[in-house]
Amino acid sequence: MKVRVLILPKKGLLDPEGRAVKEMLLENGYSVKDVKVGKVIDLEVEDGTNIKELVEKFLVNPLIEEYIIE
Amino acid sequence: MKFAVCVFPGSNCDYDVYYVIKDVLGQPVEFVHYTQKDLKGYDCVVLPGGFSFGDYLRAGALASKTPLAYAVQDFAQKGGLVLGICNGFQILTELHLLPGALLKNENLRFVCKDVYLRVENTQIPFTRKIEKGEVLKIPIAHGEGRYYVPEDILKEMEERNQIVLRYCDQEGNITPSSNPNGSVGNIAGVCNKEGNVFGLMPHPERASEDILGSHDGLLFWHSLIS
Repeated sequence: MKVRVLILPKKGLLDPEGRAVKEMLLENGYSVKDVKVGKVIDLEVEDGTNIKELVEKFLVNPLIEEYIIE
Repeated sequence: MKFAVCVFPGSNCDYDVYYVIKDVLGQPVEFVHYTQKDLKGYDCVVLPGGFSFGDYLRAGALASKTPLAYAVQDFAQKGGLVLGICNGFQILTELHLLPGALLKNENLRFVCKDVYLRVENTQIPFTRKIEKGEVLKIPIAHGEGRYYVPEDILKEMEERNQIVLRYCDQEGNITPSSNPNGSVGNIAGVCNKEGNVFGLMPHPERASEDILGSHDGLLFWHSLIS
């Protein structure tokens, strides 16, 4: 089973990386409203693996990050 | 007092801490490898600075899932003294031994300089030789030191006196300009509820001899061994 986990900084939390990219895009003439920089983790695991537990316990820090499993 | 200095792949302040404990303080100290599962016989465990596991995933995240980290958790739960410096502090938050998290510095830069710190809690074993409100000069060196904790937890921490150090100016005033990384409340160091686990971003081991420009860091070590 192939799983993709998208991890983003939690809403409302200052994301200085996203802010820097947004400012760069604005400077270059794009009217960008918001930018967030996160990460992608691709996993190949056995069927039946408890993905939610794996992600929440080992991959994300729920205090500062949110995630989407694809 | 017998110290253990934790060594993860990528730790780089381990020898500095070892040197201060052994040669400056004259206390027994041993390195412990990240694969070790037991911390029996030690009185204080130090998690030193560095870039454990290359800071991959998040700073401290991978180190917090090693056999040694689980041993540190067990050691702390039994009341053992645990000190986390810089990357060690990051590991302790990832291990949930300390509340909050350490995020990328607000200005996205790695900051390496001397800072002033105001000591807010002098009741714990790590600070009992320091006077409340005393201002210390100790260097920081980090890219991910912006302390963050949700407001409700911060309030509880303040009520329980868990904020140990705040960045300040030379006179001890807590000002936005003395905050080097955007930490909430200028926080530089916190302890757990019980006071036996302490984490800080500044490096006391780099300020433990006059030849290094400051010996203010010694106060933490002297508090520990007194």
